[in-house]
Parts: sequence; structure tokens; C-alpha cells
Amino acid sequence: MLDLINIQKTFNPNTINEKVALNRVSLHLDDGDFVTMIGGNGAGKSTLLNAIAGVWQVDSGKIIIDGNDITGLSEHKRAPWLGRVFQDPMMGTAATMQIIENLALAKRRGQKRGLKPGVTKAEKDEYRDLLATLGLGLENRITEKVGLLSGGQRQALTLLMATLNKPKLLMLDEHTAALDPRTAEKVLTLSDQIVKENHLMTMMVTHNMKDAIRFGNRLIMMNDGKIILDIRGEEKKNLTVKALMDEFARASGEEITSDKALLS
Amino acid sequence: MNIGSLISALPGAIAQGLIWGVMAIGVYLTYKVLDIADLTVDGTMATGGAVCVMMMLNGANLWVALLCAVLAGMIAGLVTGIFHTAMGIPAILAGILTQLSLYSINLAIMGFKANQGINVRNYHLLVSSRNVKVIGPQNPIFVMIIVTALLIGVLYWFFGREIGAALRATGSNEHMSRAQGINVNRCKIIGLMISNGIVALASALFAQYQGAVDVNMGRGGIVIGLAAVIISTVLFGKIFHNFAMKLLGVSLGAVIYYIVIQIVLWLGLNTNLLKLLSALVVAIFLAIPYWKGKLAKGAKNA
Repeated sequence: MLDLINIQKTFNPNTINEKVALNRVSLHLDDGDFVTMIGGNGAGKSTLLNAIAGVWQVDSGKIIIDGNDITGLSEHKRAPWLGRVFQDPMMGTAATMQIIENLALAKRRGQKRGLKPGVTKAEKDEYRDLLATLGLGLENRITEKVGLLSGGQRQALTLLMATLNKPKLLMLDEHTAALDPRTAEKVLTLSDQIVKENHLMTMMVTHNMKDAIRFGNRLIMMNDGKIILDIRGEEKKNLTVKALMDEFARASGEEITSDKALLS
Repeated sequence: MNIGSLISALPGAIAQGLIWGVMAIGVYLTYKVLDIADLTVDGTMATGGAVCVMMMLNGANLWVALLCAVLAGMIAGLVTGIFHTAMGIPAILAGILTQLSLYSINLAIMGFKANQGINVRNYHLLVSSRNVKVIGPQNPIFVMIIVTALLIGVLYWFFGREIGAALRATGSNEHMSRAQGINVNRCKIIGLMISNGIVALASALFAQYQGAVDVNMGRGGIVIGLAAVIISTVLFGKIFHNFAMKLLGVSLGAVIYYIVIQIVLWLGLNTNLLKLLSALVVAIFLAIPYWKGKLAKGAKNA
């Protein structure tokens, strides 16, 4: 379970660049909820994920995950609960380290790192099998440096790393935006499959309204640092892009001249 | 110019190169593994020697003195680490601040004298330049090969552990490291401590080798360390992929550096111009990858 209570964040307060990025955002997610998040640029989608991850501290409000108040914790202390995949494929992996070393680092998320081996022999076989499930041939390249992989391969690996230790919350921040359409589709399908298999509570930011409708059991639309739309269940299943745009216009009180504004 | 004089100077150059190779391995850990240019080492390269020599002059056992020298270096690294992580000072400036304060501290350790001698005839030293042409186990080249091999072995083991992998991840991608629950600040502090501990060890050995510690001993040390790292990258980068081999390459890089210096001196260069030469060589080699990148980019755009 995730509870966000009145999250407030203002960037550059008391300056000409002041921006209220999150305006008293509250949200409750149940275990197994898969929420897709849409909204224009600067609406606060990524900001909300960063607030949960602890990239910076929020101004006020509470973040509670499975009964644990993680609001004041630094980023690395929250990591045990969170799995994250970023928009930039370079961000989620250590390029100068081997594929198995990256997986082993992820395996130890939330554990004390001491003088035990960085990668054990048993892990090697485990990771080889796991990589084989991706169908990308990475199981034959386990000691290669991650820097040699393509963007799509790196995102698939990051996804594997994020979910290796089942996180309480998986956060996908436009994680297919930098990929070509075919690879993006592959990574999306893989994400959906992993989420379903592990019954993961997931938040996925996307700019593609079709994907937002297609995946998950709940859809959130943000605008101006607020959640302006929250659709779930049957109602979400029957959504169309057209209906979503009308809803946006109604909820935000703004007309969208074209779907470009929302999709960009 | 007599080739014989050059050849007779070579064993000394190799021994010095091996000692500075230990120092360069310390620099490699911060510069290449942690991705931090740590200028503390210019100070630590005198601290280790100061602690070791002063303790031995006051009757301490060689090994105890060496151990304390290493610990002193680690404390220096800890201070830089705290400046950088807890106080938010950029790494380069944090290193400069520690280095500057170490100048006073080193003088204080040395009883406010600019140098202190220690004679191999009266004290049991691990390495001494007097033995550089002796055939036997007291030859500093032989001793330094063993020291280097042990150091590389320990470091290879450590960086294959969980904590060592976390250190490497921190240097490779801080963002990813934090997301995987790694305390990157702690890793940086540990890395700086290990690096400066190694540099202090090199300092203690170098003071023994030359039979004296000098407060200016470490000046420009970072440049020599970087030179060794760069020489090894250029010469061995394509063939040494294993971490232990890379560390060996750095040690060899320092030896090559000292042999080249010896040749340049033999050719008649004024000793006082050495630092200028070293700095220029390092600057050019640092620029080469940048220029190569620019050329490649230009070719792509054309």
C-alpha cells in the first residue's frame, strides 16, 4: 500500500523562477494497483515519482509505504522499497561494470554490503537463467560491460534489476520514451508481464495515451502539480483517447486544441 | 654524454618508479574508480613519510611506524571525504583544503623542521637507495615488487567484494547507485581513505628510500600519479582488461615515467624544469582523448 498525503513541493521558492511543482497531492494505491500517469510537460508526473524516490525532500506532506513513513529518509534508504526505471537508458545501469555485476548490485538492494563476494557462483547461474527469459541473448554475454548494450537492452536490464528484489512499488518514468517504437513495445510488454507475474504495485508515466489506456487498472492525469483525473476499473477499460481528451478539458477547465499538447 | 652513466642510474629510477607506482595506484583508485580528482595526495605524500620517520626516530618498530603512516593517510582521506560529502565542498577544492592544512600538520609532525633524516645504518629500513645495486633480498627493487604484488592482491580481492562493487558503482553511476540503495557518500569517503592510506604508505617507503622526509616531498605528486595512470592507459589500455592487470599497468606506468625522467636528465635537462615538463606531458595526454572525440564528431557531422 502507498499513501501520499498532501505532498507539497515548490522549486526555487521566493525567486522569479518559483514553481509550485506539486500542489497538495494525495493518492492512495492498493497492493497490485498498476497506475498509468499522463499529463502535459511540467504537470508534475516525474516530480511526483522523484518525491517518492527521495531525489529531494518534499516541503510538506507524508509518504507512507506499507505503513512505513519514508518521508524524511534519504534516497538510498528508501531504495529497499522501490524499483525504478528511468527515461534515460544510461541512468539505470553502471556502464563500466559487467551485466552480472549490475544484477548483483541490485540483488543487494536493502542489504548491508560487506566483505562477502560481489557476485557468488550460484548467482551467475541464477542471472543467466533470468536473462534468458528476456529473449535478448544477454544470457551469453553475462560478463560483458553494460556500456556495450543498446538502449533497449539496457532498459530491459534495468527493469530486471528494479524487480529482482520484489519492490513494494515499481516506478517507470517514461522508460520507453528514448527507444525506437519496436523496442519500446517489447520493453512495455515485458514490463506488463513482470508486473503481472509479481503482482507489483506500479506507477508508470507515459506520454502515449493509448499505452496509458491499454496498461494497468487505473489511470491518473496530472495538470499543474495536481491530480485532476483518477479513473479505474471498468470505466478505465472502456476509455478512448477521445474520451480522455474531453475529460481533460472538463477537469482542467482548458480546451485542448490538439492532442499534441497532451502528447508532447 | 656517457651511456654508462645512464645505465648505472637505471636501477635507482626503477626503484623510485616502483615506490611512486604504489602512490599512483592510490591515485588510480580515486581518479579512475571513484571518478574524483583528489588533490589531498600532494599532502599525504609527505604525511606518511613524516609519521614513519618521526616514529622510528623515537624508537618505534618499522612495521608499527608503517601502519601508523597508513592510518594517518586514511585520516587525511577521511577529512577530505567529510569536506566533500557532509559539507558539500567540490571534491577538488576539498582536496586542496586538506592538502593545505596538511602542510602545517606535516611540519608539526616533523617538529617544525622542513626535513628530518633517517640513516639506514642506524635504523632497520624496508627500502634504501644504498641497496639499489646490491644483489639480495634487501634490494629495494625486489622489496617493492613484493609490496606492489601484495597491494594489488589485496585491492583485487577488496574490489570484488560487495562493498568494493558498491565503490565501483558509485564511481560509474551515482544515480543508479542511490537507486540500488548504495550510500554513495559513504562509498566516496571509504574510497578516499583507502587511496590516501596507500599514498601515505608510498610516502613512508619513499622517505626510507631517500633516507629523509621533506615537507615538500609530495608537491606535484598528483601529477606524477596521473602521469603513471595515463601512461598505463595509453600503453596497456587495450591489452589489460582485468582489474589486477590495470593496477599492475599503473605501477609499470610509474616505472616508465621515472625511466623517461632519467633519460631526459641524462640528456641534460635542468632538474628545476622537471615539474614543468611533467605538467606539460600530463596536460597533453589528458587532451588527446578530448581531441580524438572532437575529430570523430567532426567526421560524423561532415
